[in-house]
Amino acid sequence: MSDRSYTYAVARIRALESGLFTTALIEQLLGVRTYEGCLRFLAEHGWGDADTPLEAGAMLERERQKAWGTVRELLKGDDEVLSVLLYRDLYHNLKAAIKKTRDPGKHTGRIYYEDCEIDGRQMEQIVADRDWQALPAHMRRAAQEAFETFCHTGDGQLCDMMLDRAALEAIGEAGEHSREPVIRDYAESMVAVADIKIAVRCHETGKSLEFLRRALAPCRSLSTDRLAAAALNGTDAICGYLEGTAYAGGAQALRESPSAFERWCDNRLIETMRPQKYHAFTAGPLVAYLLARENEIKTVRMILTARLNGLSEPQIRERIREMYV
Amino acid sequence: MSGVVFALLGVAIAAGLAGTGSAMGVGIAGQAAAGVVTEDPNKFAKVLLLQLLPGTQGIYGLLVGFIALSKIGLLGGGINWDMPVAEGLLYLMGCLPIGIVGLLSAIAQGKTSAASIGIVARKPEQFGKAMLFPAMVETYAILALLVSILAINAL
Repeated sequence: MSDRSYTYAVARIRALESGLFTTALIEQLLGVRTYEGCLRFLAEHGWGDADTPLEAGAMLERERQKAWGTVRELLKGDDEVLSVLLYRDLYHNLKAAIKKTRDPGKHTGRIYYEDCEIDGRQMEQIVADRDWQALPAHMRRAAQEAFETFCHTGDGQLCDMMLDRAALEAIGEAGEHSREPVIRDYAESMVAVADIKIAVRCHETGKSLEFLRRALAPCRSLSTDRLAAAALNGTDAICGYLEGTAYAGGAQALRESPSAFERWCDNRLIETMRPQKYHAFTAGPLVAYLLARENEIKTVRMILTARLNGLSEPQIRERIREMYV
Repeated sequence: MSGVVFALLGVAIAAGLAGTGSAMGVGIAGQAAAGVVTEDPNKFAKVLLLQLLPGTQGIYGLLVGFIALSKIGLLGGGINWDMPVAEGLLYLMGCLPIGIVGLLSAIAQGKTSAASIGIVARKPEQFGKAMLFPAMVETYAILALLVSILAINAL
């Protein structure tokens, strides 16, 4: 555990947690029948700022910025915790930069996360110069390999797979070496759930065993060999394997429906974070708050999209994530 | 050597250790209180009360110190500079309970107060229950205070 004191930070997070959406509030939001009504409901509950337009994208982005801004401020100087949380964004920027460098006209608009260690402009420069040494150590080899593979094959999916695997490995390794239990739990849960998702998608798209083995990142709570073998044999085999692991809930959700499975993946991460509600002096509640906000924003986005597209009540409910508070 | 040296050492331990513990405890709870007030200034009064709880050990230490000084004769005059070493050691022993227990209990109470401030931050209506947790720690500081006072008064 870190020697740093998180007493102030955790107390501040506790105060902020009282503003998180509870299941009851999500029910109230579900009760609002129109898209515009939902936006007004969010604005009434403090989403966005005074100058944020009453528009879903802007409001949700502002909420994400608020959550990250607060946690960044509270974790200032604590790179061990903060960097692990930013790995996904960092690798996303690398993927986007590699593809944009190869096909500049194809990828336009906002494709980068700007609030991470290496923003879009810097990443583009690194990829353009092939300056892999400018990247963090855990990215260098994977970046070079993915770039060369993409240049030779033009296969964006393969490039994504290589970098996704590298990102998961980096998260897993950071978790293993972390002194913070929350980072260990987060990394293990994150990698395991991502592996299960990869196995399911690879089965659906008929990928080979070799592809599966390259895509699955090692983790302590799952055997990637057995998961890969199960993915080749179909959904029942994946479920059969998962039922004997700590992820038995995933098997049940997978049998239910694809959206129930997606929901389980997010719920599983929130479940891992739930014990952090009872810690008063560690970085755990900060990480949990951030993930809870991400989960909340994702759920609200889902409801708004469903309202916009006129989805039925049961269809929406099937996609609603469990709330942290 | 005069026993007064040991007696004063006891006074220093009672006031010093218990005061240090309180400073640390109030400091820990203060960090948590500041965190809550940053986001919700309306909870200032409630968290301030919780922050103050670990401050009592310092007062207990001061009280025992005063009683010991008074008994030695340093406050009212008439001090016996030829106090036997054994008597001085007895004062020292009498001061130890509040010194040691004051130090440790105040730190523990500060941590409990910080955790209780977390309860108030999330559920302000549970303030009464939140107060009880750090208050339980106080029991042991009071027991140590009683032992110290009884021991010093008996001398």
